[in-house]
Amino acid sequence: MSNETGYNFGYLDEQTKRSIRRAILKAIAIPGHQIPFSSREMPMSYGWGTGGIQVTASVIGQNDVLKVIDQGADDTSNAVNIRRFFRKVCGVATTEKTAQATLIQTRHRIPETPLKAGQTIVYQVPIPEPLQWLQPSTRETKKMHALEDYGAMYVKLYEDITKYGHIATSYDYPVMVHDRYLMSPSPIPRFDNPKMNMNPALQLFGAGREKRIYAVPPYTKVESLDFADYPFTVERWDKACEFCGSRTSYLDEVVLDDAGKRMWICSDTDYCRESQEAGNGTFVEN
Amino acid sequence: MPYVAVKGGEKAIENAEALLKSQRRGDDNIAELSLEQIEQQLALSVDRVMAEGSLYDRKLAALAIKQSWGDLVEAIFLLRAYRTTLPRLYYSNPIDTNQMQIRRRISAIFKDIPGGQYLGPTYDYIHRLLDFKLIAESETPIPSTAPANHESIPRIVDTLDKEGLIQTEISATPEQTPFDLTRQPRKFPASRDARLQNLARADEGFLLSLAYSTQRGYGKNHPFAGEIRMGEVEVVIFPEELGFEVAIADITITEVQMVNQFQGNQDQPAQFTRGYGLTFGYNERKAMSMALVDRAMRAEELTETVTSPAQNIEFVMSHSDNVEAQGFVQHLKLPHYIDFQAELNMIRQIRQPKNHV
Repeated sequence: MSNETGYNFGYLDEQTKRSIRRAILKAIAIPGHQIPFSSREMPMSYGWGTGGIQVTASVIGQNDVLKVIDQGADDTSNAVNIRRFFRKVCGVATTEKTAQATLIQTRHRIPETPLKAGQTIVYQVPIPEPLQWLQPSTRETKKMHALEDYGAMYVKLYEDITKYGHIATSYDYPVMVHDRYLMSPSPIPRFDNPKMNMNPALQLFGAGREKRIYAVPPYTKVESLDFADYPFTVERWDKACEFCGSRTSYLDEVVLDDAGKRMWICSDTDYCRESQEAGNGTFVEN
Repeated sequence: MPYVAVKGGEKAIENAEALLKSQRRGDDNIAELSLEQIEQQLALSVDRVMAEGSLYDRKLAALAIKQSWGDLVEAIFLLRAYRTTLPRLYYSNPIDTNQMQIRRRISAIFKDIPGGQYLGPTYDYIHRLLDFKLIAESETPIPSTAPANHESIPRIVDTLDKEGLIQTEISATPEQTPFDLTRQPRKFPASRDARLQNLARADEGFLLSLAYSTQRGYGKNHPFAGEIRMGEVEVVIFPEELGFEVAIADITITEVQMVNQFQGNQDQPAQFTRGYGLTFGYNERKAMSMALVDRAMRAEELTETVTSPAQNIEFVMSHSDNVEAQGFVQHLKLPHYIDFQAELNMIRQIRQPKNHV
C-alpha cells in the first residue's frame, strides 16, 4: 500500500528509528529499567501518545497488522486518530481483533483476550517514573533505582492502609519486574496488572514527553507490590456486561440519565463483540 | 440502544478539521492574510515563533502563524514538528556577536560606552497610548535614521573580563561537539550548553515569570544589564569536503549579557558572575529573562544554596518547553473513563462500612 507522500515509512526517518530501536533493545535487555531516548516532536501533541507512537513507528513493518485502542475501545477518537495516522504514514493493515493483530498500541488497558507469543503490545505512558509522586527529581529517583531503594513506595502503600483500610491505588499500580526494577505499568487499572505477569507477548512502553522507553520481555515475572497481610487484589463488579453478559471483563459504568440510572458494559469493545457473536449476552432492547 | 458516549469516529475528526479551517479563514469578504503581510507586519510574532520553534525561517514561521489562527504556541508546535524531520547537515561555526550589524545596543552599567548606545526600534520610551489613527490606514511612517554602523563593536562586558573582574566564560574546544537537545536525551545534571539550548527554546511567559521571581527574592542574584544588543550576524559553516568557510545566512538575533552579584573566597578574589541570553530575532524580553534564569541555574556550580524554582535545573528544564507543557496539560481532554471507573470502584470500596473493627 502507498504511504503519505513526502514522508518516510512510519513517519520517522530511518536514523531516528534506529536510535529508538537501540533504546528498545536495551530496554528489553534490562526489564523494567527506563532507557532515555531522544524523543521527537511528532505531529500530535506530547501527552497524546507520542511515546507509544514513536515506539510503534520504529518497530512496525510492511506485514504488520496494527490494532489501536484507547480505554480498551477501538472507536474512541484518540484511537481512531492514531490508527488513521499509521494508515497514512505506513499504509499497513489495521484490525480491531486482538487475536489478528501483530502489533497493538494501547492507552489505559490491556485487552481481555490473552495475548500470544509473537505479538507486541505498545503502551502509551504519561509518567514513566513510578517514584515521581514521592520524589519529583529524576536525579534522586535514578539513585533510588540504582540502589533498589524502594522503601518509600512501601511506606506510601502502608500509609494508604492506615488511612483508608486499603491500598488506595486503583490504576498505575506499581509493579516489580523480574525481582529488580520498580516499574509503572502505565495508567492501566490495577485489574489489568496480573495480565502483565509471564505474558507471552513482548510489552514495550513509550513515554514521549518524558523521553523514556522501557520493556517487559515475554515470559517475565511482573508482581504488583503488596504486603503478606494485605495481598494485592483486583476489583470485581457485582454486575455483568449489559451487552455480552461477561462477568470477568473490566466493566465501564455508563450514566444513562440524570436520575442516577446506570449500566455497565465491557470497556474492551473487541472482546464484547466477540462475546456477543459467540452467543452470549443478556442485552434486551428497550 | 440507550448508549451514547464520547465515541468519535473518523468522520467527526474530519468534520472538526474542516470547521476549524473555515473558522480560521473567517469572513471571506475580508482579504486573506498573505505570508508577506505576516512576515512584515507581525514580525515580532514571527521572531517569537522562530525562537521557540528553534528554526530560523521567517516564511515558514509566518505560515505557521497563519495556519494556527494566530495562536503562537500552536504555531511553535507546527514549526517544531516540521523541524524535527529535517536532517542535520552541518554545525555552524560559533557566531561572533562582536561582528554584529547593530540595530540596537544599550548598556545599563556605564553611562558612555565605546561604540555608543543605540536605542533602535524600541517600545521602551513610547507612551503606551492606543493610536486611534491606526484604525484607518496609516500613512507610511518615515524613520529618522542615523547611518547604520558597520564597524565591529566589541561587547562592553569583555572590558570587565580583561580586568579579571568577571568570571571567565570557558569556550568549548573545537573537538567538543555541542550537546544537541533535539538529538540526545535530556539528562540531569545538565551541562550548561544543554541548559542554554533549553532556555533558548523555552516558553517566553514561563521564563519571564521565573526571571521575575528571582528579582523578588526567590533566588536573588543582583542583576545588571551589562549589554543588550540586537542586529544581524553572519552564520558560517565549514564543510570539510570543501576546505573553506561558506556564509549561509544573515540572521537577526538578540543577545543579553547580565552582570551579576560578585562572589569570592579565600582562593579566588571577588568577581562578578554572568548570565547569558540569546534568541533568534528581536526578542528582548525573552533574552533578558533567559539571562536571569541562566544565572539562577548556575547556583550549584557557584556553590550557592539551591532554594528556589529558578535555581533548580531539573525544575526549569522539565517545565520550560511549551510544546511539551501544552500537550500534557491538554491531554486531560482525552478520555480517562477507565481510570475514573477504577477510582469510583476504589472510593466506593473505601466508603463501605467496615465488617469488623
